[in-house]
Amino acid sequence: MDSLLSLFEFNPGIYVKELVNWLTVNFQGFFDALTVIINWIVFNIQALLASIPWFLFILLIFLLGWRLKNIRSGLGYAVMLAAIGFIGLWSETIFTLSIVITSVLISIIIGIPVGIYAAYNQKLEAILKPLLDGMQTMPSFVYLIPAMIFFGLGTVPAVFATIVYSTPPCVRLTCLAIKGVPEEMKEAAVAFGSSRWQALIKVELPQALPTIMAGINQTTMMAMSMVVISSMIGAKGLGENVLIAINRTDIAMGFNSGISIVFLAIIIDRVTQMISRKYERV
Amino acid sequence: MAKKIEVRNLVKIFGSKPKLAVKRLAEGWSKERILKVTGQTVGVNNVSLAVDEGELFVIMGLSGSGKSTLIRCLNLLTKPTSGQILVDDENIVEYNKKQLRGFRQKKVAMVFQNFGLFTHRTVLGNVEYGLEVRNIDKEKRRKIALEALENVGLKGWEDKMPTELSGGMQQRVGLARALANDPDILLMDEPFSALDPLIRRDMQIELLEMQAKLKKTIIFITHDINEAFKLGDRVAVMKDGKIVQQGTPEEILNNPSNEYIEDFVKTIDRTKVVQAKNIMIRPNALVSIKDGVRVAIREMQANNISSVFVVGDKMKIAGIVTIDDCVEAVKNKRTSLQELLRHDYHKTTKDEFVENLLEDAIKTKYPIVVVNDEDRLLGIIVRTSILAGLLPNDSDAAECSA
Repeated sequence: MDSLLSLFEFNPGIYVKELVNWLTVNFQGFFDALTVIINWIVFNIQALLASIPWFLFILLIFLLGWRLKNIRSGLGYAVMLAAIGFIGLWSETIFTLSIVITSVLISIIIGIPVGIYAAYNQKLEAILKPLLDGMQTMPSFVYLIPAMIFFGLGTVPAVFATIVYSTPPCVRLTCLAIKGVPEEMKEAAVAFGSSRWQALIKVELPQALPTIMAGINQTTMMAMSMVVISSMIGAKGLGENVLIAINRTDIAMGFNSGISIVFLAIIIDRVTQMISRKYERV
Repeated sequence: MAKKIEVRNLVKIFGSKPKLAVKRLAEGWSKERILKVTGQTVGVNNVSLAVDEGELFVIMGLSGSGKSTLIRCLNLLTKPTSGQILVDDENIVEYNKKQLRGFRQKKVAMVFQNFGLFTHRTVLGNVEYGLEVRNIDKEKRRKIALEALENVGLKGWEDKMPTELSGGMQQRVGLARALANDPDILLMDEPFSALDPLIRRDMQIELLEMQAKLKKTIIFITHDINEAFKLGDRVAVMKDGKIVQQGTPEEILNNPSNEYIEDFVKTIDRTKVVQAKNIMIRPNALVSIKDGVRVAIREMQANNISSVFVVGDKMKIAGIVTIDDCVEAVKNKRTSLQELLRHDYHKTTKDEFVENLLEDAIKTKYPIVVVNDEDRLLGIIVRTSILAGLLPNDSDAAECSA
């Protein structure tokens, strides 16, 4: 049996490797430019977040939770955020947050138009579907390798790997949302003489918004989990602390950075969820 | 009347090989055979019809008869496979994108079965939509939209969301949205089917009132034959993508072209279709106000009746006299009919439906008199002629008694 299998030996990875090598050689300028742009975005977002004093940040989160839901949620989020500060991981959290925000922004910029287009174009949807499935089920560590080759070590490959991992839900749910707009509503838009663009902007997107927002929430959560993993290729932030703790088998440090990630994730999740629920009432 | 819409040999095939199916249709294959052999679904099969300006044309058929596909061809929501659709003598099938948008924005508007309202917009935002895509400025479209809402009786509801409204009100919004564009043609795709019966009846009456005022050309789809006959100036009955019969409700009712239509007609409530003019008869006896009492008595005796209508100049109805009153008057040596006139008879117009005459017919002891706008006598309705008129499939009955 073994010999039979070896008769048809097949190594698809080789071709992917060839492709990555070819891209690196021929598109180095492109990757360099991307590196500059992504670095610039992350840096500025980080600078912006860091410029907010910690107590103001906590107050903002409290107000956000209060306004969007109720005073108890606001208090809860504020306490969690404060706890991160007391643990002493404030600046790491800010850095992780800025990578998440950058990745999510780029994911949305790519994901929503692609999702809309796929909703109109069955062929594209048919091609995208297995691709998106693959992107989501492929162990996220695997993305780190080409990311590292394209962009070296540090923040940018982390953002790249995060985008690859977290864009699929945005595309998928946008496509689903646009396709889910009731047929009669689409017909009404066309019957009154809308152009395609008018129908999209005035009817389909507003109708699809709640589902698209749910997609953005998922994208954010996946970005959050990927950012931690991507510290393996040199991204700073909370993930880095987890990595160090593993190397040192330092339980205390591991728990501290772990619980900080949990708190941050809860806050991001609830806030994006509450925002998307706001749109549902429309 | 001028032809507004003319549909010529319209065919719509759903599937990947429409041309093949068209060829097979031309060869005389049935819809079922084409589906079985080629896998193509025939939606509309060689339909031709013409609708006059200001006419309310009803297309009636059961689900799957192709009626919804047909109406969607009329604003090209569905693109026909072959055939022509002439609106004001222009073939809209050949319109380019820009012409088509212009056509949809100005000439034709649609009302949907499940209303098709934009749930993210307010009632006003919905009604404004058609004007908004035409880039009409904000002030103006608000004014027009508010007016349209007032016309459908929804004044004061403009800031509500559609989901806050009842079904009947939502469809009023749908109607207002269509009317705000001031289209020549109104396409109504089973607009009242999703409403409960009482609301549906009100909406039907309101539609007829609206139509009397606005005189739009309306294509109205329904699966309810009672609704079709109540509303339609003319009705086309569809089956398997074809028009089986078209004509006025009377024509279809009295001369069903085949068993399928006959079956339909059986279920109809004829009191809602048959009108006073269909069952009224010329009175055998009639006296003038100038005649004396004796003439009246003679007339009644000759015809073996106990009362007779009295008319004045130009057949204007003056009243009714009974034989008892006349005999009494003769005994008292009085000859003028004027003082004997009774006025407790029932009057109606020639367009009144029998439905609304039944109660009067049962209560009154005299025939019901049918008059025109100037109160001139056109005919009378006696109880037996109502019964005769309601007998199914029998146009002779009414004519015999006439």
